[in-house]
This record gives sequence, C-alpha cells and structure tokens, in this order.
Amino acid sequence: MSKSIVAGQEAIRIKKPDARVEAAARRRGRQRRERVIKGGLFFAALISVAATVTIIAVLLSESIGFFRTVPLTDFFTDTLWTPLFADPHYGILPLLAGTLVTSGVGLLVAIPLGTVAAIYLSEFSSSRLREVMKPVLELLGAVPTVVYGYFALVVVTPSLQLLWPDLPGFNMLGPGIVIGIMIMPFVISLSEDAMRAVPMVLREGSYAMGATRLQTAWRVVVPAATSGIVAAYVLGISRAVGETMVVAIAAGQNPNLTWNPLEPAATITAYIVQVALGDLPHGSIGYQSIFAAGLVLAVMTFAFNILGHIMRKRFREVY
Amino acid sequence: MNQLDSPHPQDWPKSLKAETRALSFSYGSRLALKNLSIPVSEYQITALIGPSGCGKSTFLRCFNRMHDLYDGNRYEGEILLYPDSRNILASEVDPIEVRMRVAMVFQKPNPFPKSIYENVAYGLRVRGTTERQVLDEKVEQALRSAALWDEVKDRLPARATSLSGGQQQRLCIARALATDPEMLLLDEPTSALDPMATASIEELLLDLKSRVTILMVTHNMQQAARVSDWTAFMYLGELVEFGLTKQLFTTPSKKQTEDYITGRFG
Repeated sequence: MSKSIVAGQEAIRIKKPDARVEAAARRRGRQRRERVIKGGLFFAALISVAATVTIIAVLLSESIGFFRTVPLTDFFTDTLWTPLFADPHYGILPLLAGTLVTSGVGLLVAIPLGTVAAIYLSEFSSSRLREVMKPVLELLGAVPTVVYGYFALVVVTPSLQLLWPDLPGFNMLGPGIVIGIMIMPFVISLSEDAMRAVPMVLREGSYAMGATRLQTAWRVVVPAATSGIVAAYVLGISRAVGETMVVAIAAGQNPNLTWNPLEPAATITAYIVQVALGDLPHGSIGYQSIFAAGLVLAVMTFAFNILGHIMRKRFREVY
Repeated sequence: MNQLDSPHPQDWPKSLKAETRALSFSYGSRLALKNLSIPVSEYQITALIGPSGCGKSTFLRCFNRMHDLYDGNRYEGEILLYPDSRNILASEVDPIEVRMRVAMVFQKPNPFPKSIYENVAYGLRVRGTTERQVLDEKVEQALRSAALWDEVKDRLPARATSLSGGQQQRLCIARALATDPEMLLLDEPTSALDPMATASIEELLLDLKSRVTILMVTHNMQQAARVSDWTAFMYLGELVEFGLTKQLFTTPSKKQTEDYITGRFG
C-alpha cells in the first residue's frame, strides 16, 4: 500500500514538469503567432506611410529641379502658364484661378443643397425614406468621374447655353456645377451622420420647450453637429480641388487667368493630366512643371485639411 | 383606483391642476400604462415612485405629449388640464400648444450647445420674442428662480456646457421656467447629480411649488418623502397606491407599497 502511494507521488512528480514544459511551449507558440500578426499589421501600416512619404519626396525633388530654372517670384506673379510653348511662361496663377473657380462653383452648389438635404434626411424624413436614400447617395459616389465629365459637357453646358446663348462649349460653370453634384453625396452623407449623432435628449429638450421640428433642427441639432458638418465640407473641398476628369473634359484645357466662370480655363489637375498623357522627355522643364503644379495642389489640400482639423476642434461639442 | 376606493378619501387633493382618467399607453403592441387615474394637486409636488420599468417616466411623458415624437405610440383615456378642463390627449390638440403650458426637465442635464443666456431665452425665442429688454428681464427672472443667477450673472455669454452638472440642471430648470409654464415635469432630475447638487435642487423645488405645479419621477424614495406632498406608487404599469406622502410612507394601505418602501423589493 505504501509502495503504491510512493509510486503515485513519483507519477505526479514526473507529470508536473511535463505540464509546465507544455504550458511554456504553448506560450512560446502564442507569442510567436502574436509577433507575426503584429509584424504583418505594422507592415501594412508602413506601406501607406511609405507611399505618402515617397509621393511627397518625389514631388519635392522634381519641383526643386523646376524651381532652379523658374524663380518663385515668376511662378507666383506671372499671369501666363505656357511651359510647352516656344516662349515659355511659368505663372501658376491661371491654373490656380481655374481650380478655385471650378471648386468654388461646386461648393456653392454642394454646401447649401447638401446641408439642406442632410437636415431633411436626418430630421424630417421617415426612416424608410432614409434607408432608401442613403444607399442611392452612396451609389452616386460610385459613378466614375469620367461619366460626370461627359455629363457636364453634353448635358449641363448645353442646358446652360439655353440661359446664356453666348456661353462657350468649354466653360468653368458647367463642370463647376457637376463637381457640386458629384461631391454633394459626401456632404449629405457625412453631415447626416453628424446630425444623427446628436443625442436624442437634446432634441427632446427642444421639443419640450414647445419648439417645432424646423426650430429644433436649425437651432439645436445643426449647432450641435457643427464640428461634423464642417468636416464634411472640408472633405468636399478637398475632393473639389483635386477633381480632374470633369474639368479636363468640360472646362477646356487652356490656361486662362480669369475669375469669370462663364469662360473656359484649365485647372491644376487638368494641366497635369494633359501633360502627363503626352510624351515629354524625363527631366525636361515641362516634365518638371507637372510636379511643381502637383506640389501646389498637395499644399492646398493639406492646408484645407489642417483648417478643417482646427475648425472641428473649435466647434466640437461635449454632449 | 378612484376617489371612492381611496383608503383615505378625506386626503384627496382639494384643488387639481391636472388629472388622468383611465389613462392607458402602449408602445406599439406593448401596453406600458394600464388604466391610470391619478390627480395632480395644484401648487404642490406630486411624486411618482416605483421600481425601474414600472412606467413612471412613461406616465410623466404623457403630460407633454413627448411620446408623439416617435411612431407607433398610442394613448387611451384622458389627461385633463385645469382650469380649462382641456383633454390634452385629444387629437385636435396640438402637442406644441401642450408643451407651451407644461414644461419638462430631464434626467440628465441637457443644455443646448449655446450660451447660458441663449439656453434660458430659448423658449421665448421659439415663441417669437425678439425684444432684447423682455428677454433680458425674463432670463434674469428665470435664473433667479432657479437659484443660479448669482453664480452665472457675470458669464451669461459663456457656453452652458462649461457649468457643473448641478448648475447645468438648474439651468435646465431656469430654461423651463422662463416661459412661465403652468406645470413642471421632472424626470428623475437629480439622478445624475452628487448629493450636494441634489440637496440644492430639492430645496429649489420646495421654493418653486408656490408658483408652479410640480409632477416628478424619482427613483429615490427618501427624495419623494423629503420633497413631495403626494405620492403615487406604480408597479408594472399600474397604480398600486396614491395618497398623501406622509401617509403613504408611514401607513401604506397596500402590502406591495409597504414592501417597496421598506426596501423588500425594487
């Protein structure tokens, strides 16, 4: 009997280290898997950061070559942009004006209409209608921009010509309006999200004071959602400034320093796509010019994003 | 339960501000309130107590037709608002008109994303008041009534969210008082506040009852005992007992009430 106990103890003593060894092995295995997963995730994150850094580096290095030939003062004061002509001029202003005018027209369309539509969807429509409208809006965002471009050229501009018979076939107004239509779904969808996020107790507080739906929407919900609505606008602005196909197709590709939307002009993006499609020798001034133009575009978008970030913080509400 | 069944018929409110008659309410197919007839005594505080889910908040929100904001809700029975004996649940009555007469303060302070001043002026602005002098006067009056004036008079343009929780709730009370409502609904007004802030709100309610009829929901039985004149004890959407607070808490007539107030359930 005592022997068997000893045997039992022996067995336990043998088994114990085994269990420990097994547990340690399991832990090592788990740690190895965790390391692999962590490494994979880090690599994925690294790619996006690396891509951004590379783009900035290429923009900068090619632009430096450009600005060795073209002084900054010429770049920002010359009123002509003709890098490929026999008598080249390198003033970014015509392209900048084209970009600002088309984006401006687009925002004048998208911001008021988009905000009103978002208020309607968030505060007035039935939940059934909202459930139908949201996917439809997202579908609008999925239409290729080249389709919007031809829509501007063959539908919107001819319609506008009924109002202004003198309007040239290529102009900034038509594509501007189409850019507005194009970014409206983003403005609506994001603003609506921001308004839906306003807690119900705030709305109830307003209704309990005897306010109507419109008063509640306008005086309580919109102010409470300002931060998110501003973020929606900023995203819309960035998209409008960076929009390429619509303006390349329908605004004419002729750099023209004008603030009149009824005239044809080229934008920064339209110039880049026009020149990039041709065959320019690598390292030539024309080739470098598209990087300088791209740098201006990147700086603009970056500035808008920073502005948006500041505005969001400024208007953030604590519920 | 009606006046005749009451164990203390002599203790029925003498002057009524409102009363419900056979009030039932359902969220879709779920019946939340069953045949409630409860009086609200004028210029006094009536407290609604009962365990979570007993329907006391649902009952309170019938008085300003808050349920109209959501689809699928249905009222039955009547809520009469005196002195005009108007049934505020009638379909021809505009809920906005009801909310102009019956103000509400919520469980969690819910100041609007505006200045302190504009929060209090909100009800007046909604009613179309634009005259600066009238607004200034009413805002000061309401803030004084809510015992907040001295604390905020130097920073009326500051954001309302910069106030402490207790101050925010008093601001919400001021906002509700600014339009001179006939009745004030309070839905667990101190449940999000610390004991100090709770004490100051309770003191405020005792001050206010000389001017406005108060109907409040509370989860806190001591609070009901401290501040209310009348108490209704509800359970599972039904009224178990209604009576003078003093009596209900000392000599409840129903076993269920006694079990609840002595902490045996709920």
